Amino acid sequence: MSKGLSSHNPKNVSIVLCGQAGQGIQTVEYLLTRILKLTGFNVFATKEYMSRVRGGMNSTSIRISSDPVRAAANTIDILVPLNKGALQHVERNISSQTVILADKEIIGEDIDQTKHKFVDVPFTGTAVEIGNKIYSNVVAVGTMTGLFRIELSMASKYVEKFFSTKSSDIVQKNIAALKSGFDFGAGLVKSSKINFEIAADDTVENQVLLNGAEAVALGAIAGGCNFIASYPMSPSTGVLAFLAKHGKTFDIIAEQAEDEIAAINMGLGAWYAGARAMVTTSGGGFALMTEGVSLAGMLESPMVIHLAQRPGPATGLPTRTEQGDLELALYAGHGEFPRIIFAPGKIEDAFYLTQRAFNLADKYQVPVFILTDQYFIDSYYNTAAPDLSKLKIEKHITQTKKDYQRYELTKSGVSPRGVPGFGDGLVVVDSDEHDTAGHITEDLDLRIKMVDKRLKKGEMLRKDNVPPELTGPKNYKNLVVCWGSIYNIAQEAVQKLGREDVALLHFKQVYPLPDEAADYLQKAKQTIIVENNATSQFAKLIKFQMGIDIDKKILKYNGLSFFVEELTEKLKKALN
Amino acid sequence: MDTKVFDMNDIDIAWCPGCGNFPILKTLKRALAELQIKPRDIVLVSGIGQAAKIPHYFNTNVFNGLHGRALPAATAIKAANPALTVIAESGDGDMYGEGGNHFIHTIRRNPNITNIVHNNMVYGLTKGQASPTTQKGFVTPVQVSGVFLEPFNPLAIAIALDASFVARAFSGDIEWMADILKKAIKHNGYALVDIFQPCVSFNKLNTVQWFKENTYYLEDHDPSDRQKAFEKATETEKLPLGIFYKSPQKPSFEENVGIYEEKQNPLYKRDLDKKKLNNLLETFKMRL
Repeated sequence: MSKGLSSHNPKNVSIVLCGQAGQGIQTVEYLLTRILKLTGFNVFATKEYMSRVRGGMNSTSIRISSDPVRAAANTIDILVPLNKGALQHVERNISSQTVILADKEIIGEDIDQTKHKFVDVPFTGTAVEIGNKIYSNVVAVGTMTGLFRIELSMASKYVEKFFSTKSSDIVQKNIAALKSGFDFGAGLVKSSKINFEIAADDTVENQVLLNGAEAVALGAIAGGCNFIASYPMSPSTGVLAFLAKHGKTFDIIAEQAEDEIAAINMGLGAWYAGARAMVTTSGGGFALMTEGVSLAGMLESPMVIHLAQRPGPATGLPTRTEQGDLELALYAGHGEFPRIIFAPGKIEDAFYLTQRAFNLADKYQVPVFILTDQYFIDSYYNTAAPDLSKLKIEKHITQTKKDYQRYELTKSGVSPRGVPGFGDGLVVVDSDEHDTAGHITEDLDLRIKMVDKRLKKGEMLRKDNVPPELTGPKNYKNLVVCWGSIYNIAQEAVQKLGREDVALLHFKQVYPLPDEAADYLQKAKQTIIVENNATSQFAKLIKFQMGIDIDKKILKYNGLSFFVEELTEKLKKALN
Repeated sequence: MDTKVFDMNDIDIAWCPGCGNFPILKTLKRALAELQIKPRDIVLVSGIGQAAKIPHYFNTNVFNGLHGRALPAATAIKAANPALTVIAESGDGDMYGEGGNHFIHTIRRNPNITNIVHNNMVYGLTKGQASPTTQKGFVTPVQVSGVFLEPFNPLAIAIALDASFVARAFSGDIEWMADILKKAIKHNGYALVDIFQPCVSFNKLNTVQWFKENTYYLEDHDPSDRQKAFEKATETEKLPLGIFYKSPQKPSFEENVGIYEEKQNPLYKRDLDKKKLNNLLETFKMRL
């Protein structure tokens, strides 16, 4: 097995850790990704987990590379199964290249010497020697740091920082665990059993390591968000927790509502009184919010809705991923009113689009959606830090005069928005059809004027859009189309194809679709759409909005997102 | 202050002649005028139903939202700008039926708002079906054999949840109602005022006369005595009126959210400190 891996793909390594919930895989992932980033390696991590707090089988995949790496791969170069059955959980991705680092005592029976490349690492034995088997996680972290020739002193400092709130005895034992693991990893390198050639990248140091949830929440803060009400629901809760954690610093009220109905009605009340509010939820919770979405339409209230998708219908697969709620977001709410739907592809998209969502919601007085999914929310990588210098929080609140009318008919359809207590006017809003003052009416001629007023704003939304992004050759023949979280996966897959006639078109605004999108699609001889759902909802939207048929569809709906190699193969087939 | 500041000109009121909503409307105007609270500093929040139309007959700021959802909106309005006097007002169907979950959790949350519930023990706008407070045996076009569900007891529930202020008034007695409303509005924390009122069109049982004969005012009652308050709230022979319960002063929701300790200005007057955001972003560079 000497240098087995170095000849395989030394500049790009994929590690998978697998074990039970509650076993501390998250700690390994956390420490390892941070230490790798500190070293200057490009790093990507994602996880898949079962809907339970203890037991079951969860895995974390970490990719390490000399070059930027931003998408999930299914190749496993190093597998660390932490308990019995873990190996079988990821069996389908184990290849002849996979090196399994495991404690023989624990998972010995799972090893098949005829097909597995196995190195016995006594994680548990070492941990027990140090004092307790709970240190075995840090022994594993240490083994990796040794394997990737990371500076031990730097890794020790980070581990010390991580455990700084614990007693000095615990800190010392964790550092001892790290060192034992490190020695073992370094030993493997020395004996040339495993050898990687990953180089540090100078740009990494100044970059941020963010996951999707953090990027959405930070974008919200940058958009001036100061109110969030939500009900916990995987995978959307991270945004609520993040804003709650930083509430005091940024003057944000973060409230856990009794249900999603309360959450969105709180959000609308907050906007009415001058706050900048959002809700974060997933499909089932959002279903409860739909009447509130309709209320936003009628009140002409701004609203920002983060909808982190997971597979439905109903409870579906609570901890898995899917792009199955595009149509739900598109049609949610009775009656006719305009809206905007964003679907970030890159981590930085999530930051900038959420920031923009607050400005647009306020400007046009419409609900704005940020559509993510579990894969996006739980994946992270190093990327350029957001540039705040050019970002502006656009507040569109007017100081009212005595004769103020909330729904004054204007040319654009947007009426100046006052808030109670700011100025001499009164602010009246009503879920009933209303007159220009905001009071209930059944004047049917006025009804037409009010419907037209609300819909007129939709025209502006179509023009003030975020255009789709084309990567690859401009004179393409084949166009791969995707939206939302698929971007990085498709980007790497298309790059892997290495064909000069294939380009990628990614939509980060999926509604309304900009007119120029049609030009991109019509130029292609063949279009192939990639979606993480069963009915190709975005292709249907393209047909409905632009009358264009997509030629081929690559769909996946088993609860996981695509892997780069898998998508590459599927694209190859579709292109032949 | 003259109650006229709250009058709307030229309005077509959708209530039936003799409806209990009229004296409630009049008395609320009087209470707010006597407390010298200006229209621009008040927000009336309501849901759906005949009672929920009250803000349209009131010259002030209005948030007439969805059926049952007045309380979450009112909570957030108060939290976003604590200087506003926020009153959430609707009927028994809206507050106790459609909005029952919010009723429970708003009490727990304790925003400094007044929750006025027009309780006529029947559905008016949908024409005569049972409401959560309809008494047993009451026959309607839907409850054709008479209501057999246990009536919802808002006061007992509020006291059980240690609500900060719990009272019941009767629309036929303006003086008492004005006094209770003023105390509720002035109270710091969530204040429930359940108001008995007749529905002249759909409730031929609980009439003005019936309420007069079947209610009495609490006298020599100590509103800090929770056990006694609960006992009074569960009486059925004759229904007590007055202030049942006031919990020992506890912080309101706005006082608990943690952003009004150092500054009191409303959220719309606050701006993001970009330096702080830059500092936070800096931590994601994961340096040692």
